[in-house]
Amino acid sequence: MSPTMIKTAQAGGHHDDGSTRILGFWIYILQDLFLFATFFANFAVFSASYSSAETPKEFIDLNFVLIETFILLTSSITYGFAMIGVRKNSVSATRLWLFITFILGALFISMELYEFHHLFAEGAPYLRDAQGNIIPYANGIDDGRGGGIAAYWSAFFSLVGLHGLHVTAGLVVMVCMFVHLGMHGLTARNKARLGCLSLFWHFLDIVWIGVFTAVYLLGVL
Amino acid sequence: MGDPTAAPFEALGQVPIVLYTCLAIVVIAVLVVAGILLLGWWGSLWRNWITSVDHKRLGIMYVVLAVVMLVRGFADAIMMRTHQAMALGEGSGYLPPEHYDQIFTAHGVIMIFFMATPLLFGLFNFVIPLQIGARDVAFPFLNNLSFWLTFAGAILINISLGVGNFGRVGWLAYPPLSGLSGSPDTGVDYYIWSLQLSGVATTMGAINFLVTIFKMRAPGMTLMKMPIFCWSAVVSNALILMIYPVLMAAYIFLTLDRYLGFHFFTNDGAGNPMVWINYVWVFGHPEVYVLVLPAFGILSEVVPVFSSKRLFGYSAMIWALLVILVLSFLVWVHHFFTMGAGIAVNTFFSIMTMIISVPTGVKIFNWLFTMYKGRIRFEPPMLWCMGMIFTFVGGGLTGVMLSLASADWAFHNSAFLVAHFHHTIIGGVVFSYLAGFVFWFPKAFGFKLNRTLGIASFWCWFVGFYVAFFPLYVVGLKGATRRMQHFMDPAWQIYYIVMVVGVFIIALGILSLVLQLILAIIHGCKLKGNLPVGKADPWGDGRSLEWSVSSPPPPYNFATVPQVSTTDAYWQMKVEGKPIKTSGFQPVHMPSNTAAGFWIGIFALILGFALVWHIWWLVMLCFIGAVASFICYSFFGDHDGYYIPAAKVQEHEEAFARIEAKGRKA
Repeated sequence: MSPTMIKTAQAGGHHDDGSTRILGFWIYILQDLFLFATFFANFAVFSASYSSAETPKEFIDLNFVLIETFILLTSSITYGFAMIGVRKNSVSATRLWLFITFILGALFISMELYEFHHLFAEGAPYLRDAQGNIIPYANGIDDGRGGGIAAYWSAFFSLVGLHGLHVTAGLVVMVCMFVHLGMHGLTARNKARLGCLSLFWHFLDIVWIGVFTAVYLLGVL
Repeated sequence: MGDPTAAPFEALGQVPIVLYTCLAIVVIAVLVVAGILLLGWWGSLWRNWITSVDHKRLGIMYVVLAVVMLVRGFADAIMMRTHQAMALGEGSGYLPPEHYDQIFTAHGVIMIFFMATPLLFGLFNFVIPLQIGARDVAFPFLNNLSFWLTFAGAILINISLGVGNFGRVGWLAYPPLSGLSGSPDTGVDYYIWSLQLSGVATTMGAINFLVTIFKMRAPGMTLMKMPIFCWSAVVSNALILMIYPVLMAAYIFLTLDRYLGFHFFTNDGAGNPMVWINYVWVFGHPEVYVLVLPAFGILSEVVPVFSSKRLFGYSAMIWALLVILVLSFLVWVHHFFTMGAGIAVNTFFSIMTMIISVPTGVKIFNWLFTMYKGRIRFEPPMLWCMGMIFTFVGGGLTGVMLSLASADWAFHNSAFLVAHFHHTIIGGVVFSYLAGFVFWFPKAFGFKLNRTLGIASFWCWFVGFYVAFFPLYVVGLKGATRRMQHFMDPAWQIYYIVMVVGVFIIALGILSLVLQLILAIIHGCKLKGNLPVGKADPWGDGRSLEWSVSSPPPPYNFATVPQVSTTDAYWQMKVEGKPIKTSGFQPVHMPSNTAAGFWIGIFALILGFALVWHIWWLVMLCFIGAVASFICYSFFGDHDGYYIPAAKVQEHEEAFARIEAKGRKA
């Protein structure tokens, strides 16, 4: 965006002004928070609804999740460094720290996927019959013979998974930001974009602290 | 259990009504498309409407969608009522139960999500930027995208008419009936995905309008000088922002139950269907206020204009809105007092429900005092408003009856309840939106809708409503439950016949409305679509900024951004007698059109269809397509906009000044 254009934009109250975009993004985060709040409430409601499935105690390794947590929290710091690069108008510093953030985020997602895989491989979430065997899943049979995963685990995977999907979306946007930086460098518009992504990334960290506390600490300890 | 996606065309073969309806829709669609192509309108349609990011054009498109969906939803209503009038005692009517159940579900879903909501967003789109002195909304591309996602949802729900079936579960789809065990086929999936699409669109729209109102008001227009309609939009959009995520979450949980063997709302696996009922009503009750608060806003705009007086109690109106914003979250349990939450809980929600009628009463009195000693002109918008005030008070009173938890045990799920919420929604929401529609129509097109037909439309709706719904109160008190396909007691038939008469009186009202629109289209065709610049204030006595620009407004709305110093900004301008500026314009910066929203909408539509029918490769393809379109827009879209040259602005403003000068002489 050329300087003259910015001037007109402000004079005419036009929409390409970065602050409008950031306010819009704050409001988007507010609505996303309500989505997460519903998932948290849902988890609280079903937090003891194991039915015939296993409880999380024996299956979740808190140390593993703690490492996951630290990786994600560290990625928030590295994103902060990327934003310092943006302030200093240094494309290379921005790129470097964005790349490190991306690696940490990808590591977090990989660990989460590994954990999900582990839980399913151990058979923890599945409904079981009186002998303790996993009931094979039959579509829609609703009398305890249908199999599937118990309400607790349904709430578990949907809450943790929703956060994971958000992080994945953040990673996709990060890849796009590399392309944007390559195409135009640190223009005003790209700075606003990186600012929004920064809000999003820190927001996901805060949500994760809630997930770690409500799901993992309260569930396992 | 068989394959849920088997026999997609079963209904077409077995139910003649469905077959003929689908044939009619296909024929009409083919004729419309052929007509557009033969007349060579496609290019213009694409450039000026489909890819447009102009809030005024998007507003008009939303209203067109809403009117089409009104006809669809009303056809459902006619079918239900005529069937019920025959299906008593020995009579069996003409709709088999599984078809009847789809019809009442579709009627509710379409009327709330695809008629009322698009009409609301049409009015928001058209009016808000003009009222706050802005040139567009904050995010024009998202605005276009919102429309196309809503459109995709509307198309998806209508595809269910011919391919597969629709849910048989009522508009809020209580599980376990809506779960896989109760609804193993694709009906509920159509329900879920069409509403997810429109829900995403509505949420994006809410963000857009909040930012528009907070960031783009004309200089001097503080929040306490903003028109009430914009205030009602703030509160309504804030509610959308908080409640649609809850609905979206509930649909995600139900989807997981239905698609992946999760257990949230099932009877087994430690699920609990009552949790769903809490979610949907945490959404559902504030949703009522999402719809009705802007209706109050419309009345607060229309009543002063046709009473030639300023609005009584401006700040009381705003505080009433804000009180309703808070209280609307504290009443949801009154939808299921019978759940057995206990005396304490029911008492709390019962009392809150009674309290929420107080701020609503404040508004009613404010309109009445605005009219008091005013010089009232009985133009169609004012008739709708007066009809709304009268009818909505009655609906509110039956609401207070229902708020008594102990009495509600008798009223719950009876026809009395159905009569009550139609009383408030038709009387409160529909009458007000139609008031807004006829009120702002001349602003959008430069000429008024036919007055005689407008008055006829109002009286048909008004009388038809009472004839159609008061017998329903009576049968409800006699014990008729809602959503029944057949009643044993033939003594009730006379009530149902009276209701059918009422429905057809309302149909005459809709016919008058459609005739008004046809006359308007003929007028537009005579002008070959080039609407001349019309005068600013066709009703006279306009008070807010939208009446200060030409009708239809130029693409840039305001040649110079107005300075605001009072609540009724345009009234103040008229009092000061400011001449219209005709020289010294700057070029105006405008956002560029984009096709991205349209393509994302198309991908979303096919994505929804593929999800309903479990066509996983198509799901992947369309998901990637939609995301890729979005990303491509961010890479290659034209974000810089363009300039309307000063000379062109001058040309329009000079024509406008000539029209205004002529009007003043006459």
